[in-house]
Amino acid sequence: MIEDWLERKEVCICAGSGGVGKTTASAAIALGMAARGRKVAVLTIDPARRLANALGLRELGNEERRVDAGVDGELWAMMLDAKRTFDELIEWHAPDEKTRDAVLSNRIYQELSNALAGSQEYMAMEKLYELSQEGRYDLLVLDTPPTRNALDFLDAPRKLAEFIDSRSLQLLMAPGRMGLRVLGAGTNVAFSVMKRATGIDLLQDLGEFFRSFGGMTEGFRERAARVNELLGARSSAFVLVTSPRREAIDEGIYFHRRLKDAGLPFAGVIANRVQQAGGGTTRAALVDLCGEELGTKVYDGYEGVRRLADRDQLNLDLLRRRLGRTPLIEVPHLPDDVHDLEGLRRMDEFLFDSATPPSSRPR
Amino acid sequence: MLLDRRLIVVTGKGGVGKTTVAAALGLLSARRGGRTVVCEVAQQERLAALFGAHDVGHGEVELAPGLFSVSVQPERAMHEWLRHQLKSGALAGLLGHSRLFGYLTAAAPGVTELVTVGKVWDLAQDERRTGGSPFDTVIVDAPATGHALALLRAPRTYANIARVGPIARQAGSIDRFLRDPAKTGVICVALPEEMPVSETVDLEQRLSDDLGMEIGQVVVNGVLPDRFTSGDARTLRGLGDRGTKAAQAAVASALVEHGRAEAQREQLERLRAEARAPVSTLPYLFEPELRRRELELLSDRLEETL
Repeated sequence: MIEDWLERKEVCICAGSGGVGKTTASAAIALGMAARGRKVAVLTIDPARRLANALGLRELGNEERRVDAGVDGELWAMMLDAKRTFDELIEWHAPDEKTRDAVLSNRIYQELSNALAGSQEYMAMEKLYELSQEGRYDLLVLDTPPTRNALDFLDAPRKLAEFIDSRSLQLLMAPGRMGLRVLGAGTNVAFSVMKRATGIDLLQDLGEFFRSFGGMTEGFRERAARVNELLGARSSAFVLVTSPRREAIDEGIYFHRRLKDAGLPFAGVIANRVQQAGGGTTRAALVDLCGEELGTKVYDGYEGVRRLADRDQLNLDLLRRRLGRTPLIEVPHLPDDVHDLEGLRRMDEFLFDSATPPSSRPR
Repeated sequence: MLLDRRLIVVTGKGGVGKTTVAAALGLLSARRGGRTVVCEVAQQERLAALFGAHDVGHGEVELAPGLFSVSVQPERAMHEWLRHQLKSGALAGLLGHSRLFGYLTAAAPGVTELVTVGKVWDLAQDERRTGGSPFDTVIVDAPATGHALALLRAPRTYANIARVGPIARQAGSIDRFLRDPAKTGVICVALPEEMPVSETVDLEQRLSDDLGMEIGQVVVNGVLPDRFTSGDARTLRGLGDRGTKAAQAAVASALVEHGRAEAQREQLERLRAEARAPVSTLPYLFEPELRRRELELLSDRLEETL
């Protein structure tokens, strides 16, 4: 299954809404592929340090770290520092030291690059591209940020380019006739109205900020185009992770359609934490087996679990109908919460067809 | 009492049940006589669906007596703000439709967060920009922790960027309101599992380090009942392969539930030890879909524990 989905793939992007086990699934995929001899790096940008948690590491930095997983291949993990990556990007694009320092020390740059939500999505894509260019790994697994809209990250490269794009900036850098003509009639008025709404100081500061970006805009745009190319390449694969809950399924169906529409390579769906239950039984049979009080408790608990299992299967049926021929893997709700290497290994048998090679058993 | 705050922000790791808790809290607040609004900011409109209503949109929809719902749409919130700022709907329309403005707001990080939190703040004021009746309590069904932090931080970021002028003034007021513990309270929803507990502890630290804010209450959702004692588990394990196949499956399921309940207790203990905020719990509901009846039940439980 997963090994077929990722055959000849170099990039695997795991997406899905928050709380479905995306980080855990990404880590399990990476560990499983490493156990099958590949050199794999798994990246997350999650501010809550979940991947570190899942891999049983205390903390991850902006550099990949080798995880001692006892596998045939190699497992590396990193957690992105969005601010650090943004700085590196500026250093990379800046034509000279003066420009670099001007941007890095600009007040607005510091505020924006530090704190704001969007920059995480931009940087996840950036780092993925950078690592794929370096070519040090057989496979990169990206755990996408838990965005409000699970697809925000797809727009990230384009939005970054737009943000720094000269068309919107020309005007702020030189609000003269040239800039205005690019944006068309009415912009002059819009500009003066905007001054009223925001205050002239802010516009001047912004202008200064964008001027300091100077000759870097072209580089950013080009880079954004390459990131988009990487996402659509045949060597990339999108995997959707979902829970069998209705809200997650609905979002998954939407996601699947958007990826297909965008012509992006969709590999399959992992339905995580699916409730399992056996056949029905009677209270009498259980009372017979365990006594009145305990038998009743066992019966009540089991009936609840069976209701949940039925609901999960109904939701998955809906998903399957919408997916058409796209493959779907069910991972059962495991008895124990998955939060360490041991737990990830337990997921392996559901994600992969072949058994884990003996040498990758825990030491 | 957390419900005395004008604004209550409900956040937590993805998938822990933030919308459910926000809805139950809204019911409770309205029942206690407060004119209450629950705002969704993720454009999912799940809240209204819980009450069987659809297409709530940007307007205020009454879900239950005294309980309203708003789904905050950034573009609409931006237009409201411009209108108020420029004191002219025509000028706001002109700017809102200009390509320059479109480029800047679509591309500049944090503008969406700023106008969203600005709308939420406005709902919690005595005199609202839109002229609507004031609310006693505004509950925000906020995004997951990372994005919620970005949302709460946006006013301060823009206050710093703008320094002076109308944006600095307004962003500054919003920032002060959010960080005033008498006005704004934060609820973090969690599950009694390793990762949600860690994320809760992490959020508490970062809220305090970055913004000087505290979590007012941690609500742990989905706590399994203490159905089986350790003695029960021993008895069940001792059954071996007696009984029909289905009966064995039921027994295995009981043992799994017992194991999970034990693991949950450990995580709850860890949470209580590591979090500074008080911790309360809500029961796991073995119901395929949550409806009004279940929400009422959860709001009763919140009333007992908050």
